[in-house]
Amino acid sequence: MENHIIPVFVLVPMITALIIPFVTRLSDGAGWVLTFLGTASTALLSFVLLNKVWQHGSLHYSIAGWEPPWGIEYTVDLLNSFVLIIISFMAFITALYSKESIEAEIPADKRGLFYTMFMLHVTGLNGIIVTGDLFNLYVFLEITALSGYALIAVGRSRRARVASLRYLVLGTIGATFYLFGLGYLYLTTGTLNMADMFQRLAPIYHNPGVITGFVFIVLGLLVKLAMFPLHTWQPGAYGEAPSAVSALLASTGTKVSAYVLIRILYSVFSPDFYFSELPFQSILLSMSLITIMAGSVLALLQVDIKRMLAYSSMGQIGYILLGISIGSERALTGSLIHILNHALMKGALFFVAGSVLYKTGTTMIEGYRGLGNRMPLTSISFTIAACSMAGLPGTAGFVSKWYLATSALDAGYWFVIPVLLLSSLLTSVYFFRVISSIYFEGELHQIRAEAPAGLCVPAFAVSILCLVFGVMAFIPLNIAGRAASQLMKVTQVI
Amino acid sequence: MTGALLFAKPSYLLINSLAGVAMINIFSRRPDVREFWTFAAAGLNFLLVLSMLPKVLASEVLVYPVVHVLPGLSIVFRVDALSMFLGLTASSLWIVNSLYSVGYMRAHNEHSQTRFFSAFALAIGATMGVAFSGSLFTLFIFYEILTVVTFPLVTHHQTEEARAGGRRYIVYLLGCSTAFFLTAVILTYHAAGTLEFTPGGILNGTVSTPYLVMLFFLFILGIAKSGIMPVHSWLPAAMVAPTPVSALLHAVAVVKVGVFSVVKILLYVFGLKVLRETGINNILTLMAAFTIITASLVALCQDNLKRRLAFSTVSQLSYILMSISLLSVSGIRSALVHILFHAYGKITLFFAAGSILVASHKTRISQLDGIGRRMPWTMGAFFIGSLSMIGVPPAAGFISKWYLIKGALEAGEWMAIGVVILSSLLNAAYFIPIVYVAFFKEEIKTEAGDHEHGESPWPMVLALSITAAGTLGFFFFPDIPVRLSGLVIDSVVSVR
Repeated sequence: MENHIIPVFVLVPMITALIIPFVTRLSDGAGWVLTFLGTASTALLSFVLLNKVWQHGSLHYSIAGWEPPWGIEYTVDLLNSFVLIIISFMAFITALYSKESIEAEIPADKRGLFYTMFMLHVTGLNGIIVTGDLFNLYVFLEITALSGYALIAVGRSRRARVASLRYLVLGTIGATFYLFGLGYLYLTTGTLNMADMFQRLAPIYHNPGVITGFVFIVLGLLVKLAMFPLHTWQPGAYGEAPSAVSALLASTGTKVSAYVLIRILYSVFSPDFYFSELPFQSILLSMSLITIMAGSVLALLQVDIKRMLAYSSMGQIGYILLGISIGSERALTGSLIHILNHALMKGALFFVAGSVLYKTGTTMIEGYRGLGNRMPLTSISFTIAACSMAGLPGTAGFVSKWYLATSALDAGYWFVIPVLLLSSLLTSVYFFRVISSIYFEGELHQIRAEAPAGLCVPAFAVSILCLVFGVMAFIPLNIAGRAASQLMKVTQVI
Repeated sequence: MTGALLFAKPSYLLINSLAGVAMINIFSRRPDVREFWTFAAAGLNFLLVLSMLPKVLASEVLVYPVVHVLPGLSIVFRVDALSMFLGLTASSLWIVNSLYSVGYMRAHNEHSQTRFFSAFALAIGATMGVAFSGSLFTLFIFYEILTVVTFPLVTHHQTEEARAGGRRYIVYLLGCSTAFFLTAVILTYHAAGTLEFTPGGILNGTVSTPYLVMLFFLFILGIAKSGIMPVHSWLPAAMVAPTPVSALLHAVAVVKVGVFSVVKILLYVFGLKVLRETGINNILTLMAAFTIITASLVALCQDNLKRRLAFSTVSQLSYILMSISLLSVSGIRSALVHILFHAYGKITLFFAAGSILVASHKTRISQLDGIGRRMPWTMGAFFIGSLSMIGVPPAAGFISKWYLIKGALEAGEWMAIGVVILSSLLNAAYFIPIVYVAFFKEEIKTEAGDHEHGESPWPMVLALSITAAGTLGFFFFPDIPVRLSGLVIDSVVSVR
C-alpha cells in the first residue's frame, strides 16, 4: 500500500535542519523553536503511523515513483514503527530538554549550528529506520554519524574534540565494514533492495561472497553498537558531549544500530543461514555475555557519572544482543522491549546528569552528595531510573530481563542466568553508591533550588514512564511481541 | 481490572499507607498533627485488616487480581487465613510501635522525624503487600520494596557506624534476593508455568528432585530476612538503628516477612506432598536446628543488650522454620502462631531495652544491676517477654513451644525435641540473669554517668505494658490464632 506519511519522517527534519541556519540570523530563539516543532510533529506522526501499520499491515513508498527494486523504497512494518516511535519520542523529549541545557553549555553563536546538526542527526536516524534499501541505509548511517561527530565536538571541554575524533575513526571503520560487506552482497545478488535481496540470497547461501558480506556487515554494525571490545569510542563520546547530546546518543544511537542488525538478520538474511551454517549463535551469545559483564564491571570503576552511564549502556546493549543471539520469538521480543526500556531509563539518567551539571557544574559521582534535599525531583527521577536499570520488579527494566532470562531457560542456556543476575547485582551496586550519597550524605554544594522546569520535568516524565511500562508492560509488549512474530513468520514462509 | 482494584481490600491497605505518608509530609512542620496522621493511618490499617477477619474465619478465600504485568506475571492479592497471621501481627503492632516511637524520638530529640515516620508507614504498607500477596511475583515485589524503604530507618543516625550497618543490611538483603530469590522465582516459573499461590503447591510432578533441591536452597538462601545461618549477619549489624526501628525489624516487619515468605513458599509453592515425597524439608530442619543452638550460644556471650536480643531473634526465627519443616499438623500450627506470639514477646523486650536507654542511657547488661527498682514497669514487662521467649506459662511462647514439641512427636523427629529442650535452657540462661540482677542486686554507684532516674516517658511505658499484656493475653485466649492456623492446615493438608 502506498503511503505518503513515510517520507515525511525524513523530509521534515531535513528541511528543518536546512532552514535553521537562516532563521537563527533573524532571531536567537528560532533555532530551538523549529527543532521543537520538527521533533514534535514527527513524534506525533509516528503514533499515527503505528496505528496505520497495526491496522493495515506493512506500508511502502517508492521514492519518485520508481518501483523497487530499481528505485529506493521506504517500507514500514511493525518493527520499524515501534523503533520509530521510540526514536521520535526521545528526540522530542531531548529537544524539550535541550533549550535550557544548551543555553548553559554552548556559546550563543554556535547554537544555530547545533540545532542544525541535531535535526540532521534525527534525519539520519529516521531515515535508517524507514528505508528498505541497503545502500540508502548506508547514506543515512553516514548522515547520522557525521552530525554525531559534530554534536560531540561542541562539548564543554577540549577532551570532547578528542572523543569526537576517536568516535570518527571507529565509526568510519564500522561504516566502511558495512559498505564493504554490502559490496560483496551487491556483487553476488545484483540488488540493493532488502526484500529483493532476501529472495535472491535464499538459494546461494553457500557462496563465499555472501558469507564474507554477512561477516563484514555484522562486524560493522557491532562497532556502531559498541559491543565489547569494539566499544572504545563510546565512553568518551557519551562522557564529553553536551548533556542533551549524551541523552540523545544514548537513547537513540545504539538503539538504531540494534534495529539495523535485527532488520538485516531477519529481513535480508534468514536465520537458517547464520544459525545453522555459521557459528554465529555461539559467538554472538558469548560476546553478548562478555559485553554485559564488562559493561557492569567497568561502570563500577568510574568516578564520572556520565562515563559510568556510558559503560552501563554498553552492558545494556549486551542484553539486546543476548536476545538477538538466542533467536527465539520470545527472546527477540525481550530485545525489542529492552530497546524501548533502555532508551527510557538511560535517557532519564543522562537528563539527570545534565541537570546536576547545570546546577553544580560537576559530573563527578562525589558531587552528588546530599542532592536529595536540594533537588528532590531530579533525585527521585534518578532513583526510579536506577531501580529500573537494576531490574527491580515493578520497573521497566525488570520486564526485559524477565523475558530474556525465561527465553534463555526455554532455549536451555542455563549459564545465561548467573551472568544476568551477577550483572543486575553489579548494576545495583554502582547505582546504589550514587543513590546513597544523594540521600544519606552531607551536602557538598550550596545550591538553593531544583533545576529549572525545562530540565527536571523531562527527566521526571521519562522516569515515570519507566514505572508505567514496568507495571503496564502489556502495552509495549503487544507491539513488540507482534513485531517479533512478524519477523519470525516472514522467514518461516520462505 | 480497575474494578478489581476498587474492591480489593488489600489495595486499600497500600493506599492507606501512601496517604499516611502524604499527610505526614504535608504536616512535617507541626509534629503533633503529623503524629496524629501516623496514628490515623495505623488505626485505619488495623481496622481494615480486622474487617477481613470474619470472612476468613468463615473459611472464605478472596483472590483479587490487580494488574496483569505480563502473561503469567500478575500482581494478585489473596486474603486467607495464612495472610492474616502477618497481617494482624504487623497492623496491630504498628499502632503500639507508633506510640512508643513518638515517646522515644521526642525524648531523644532525634533529627529527621518526618522521614522516620514516612519510612515507617511505607514499611508497614510493604509488609501488608507481602502478607496479602497472591503470587510469588507479588510477594517478591513487596519483599524488595520493604528492603528499600527500611534502609533510611536503619541508617537513621547517619554516622559512620550506621552507614556500615546499613551497607551490610542492604548488601545482604538485596544481594541475596536478587542473586538467589529472583533466580528461584524465574526457575519456578520455568518449571510450573505459573507463579500463583495454590494451597497444594504448584511444583507437583513438574520437575526432578535435584531441580527441587536446588530451588529449595535458592529460596532459603535468597530470603535472607528469615535470619537463618549463614545469611543472618545483617541482623546484628542493623542494631545501629534507633530502638523503635529494631523493634519494627525484629518483631513486626522485616524478619517476620522473611519467615512468613518461607512458610508461604513451602506451603503454597512446593506443597506438602512434594516436600514429603522428596524429603527436602529435612535440610531445613537441620539448618534451623543449627541456627537455634548456635545463635543461643552467641547470645549468651553478648553484653550489649540489643545485640543479645538480636541473636535471640535469630534463634527464635529458626523455631518457626524448624516447626514448619516438620510438616506435621502441630508443627505447622506452632510455626504460624509463633509468628504472632514471638512478635509480641520480642517487641516487649526491645521496647524495654529502648526504655532503659532513654531513662538511664545504659546499653550493656553489666550496667543493669538494681535497675528494676527504678523502672518496675519496664523490667516487669521485660520479665514477661523473657518468659515468652523461654516458653514458660503464663506467656504466649509456651503455646507455640507446646505445639512444636507435639509436632516433633507426630513427625517422629527426636532431634527436634532435643534441640527445643537445649535451647530453652539456653534461653533461660541468657534472660533470667538479666531479670535477676535488675531486681535483686544493689545498684552499683559509680562516680560518672550515673544520675537519678525513674521510668521513661509515659507513651513508652504504656506501649511496652500493652505488648506485655498481649503476651499474657494470648496465653489465656489463644482461640483466634489457633482457629486461623486450623484453617490453614485444613487447606494445605486436604489437597492431595
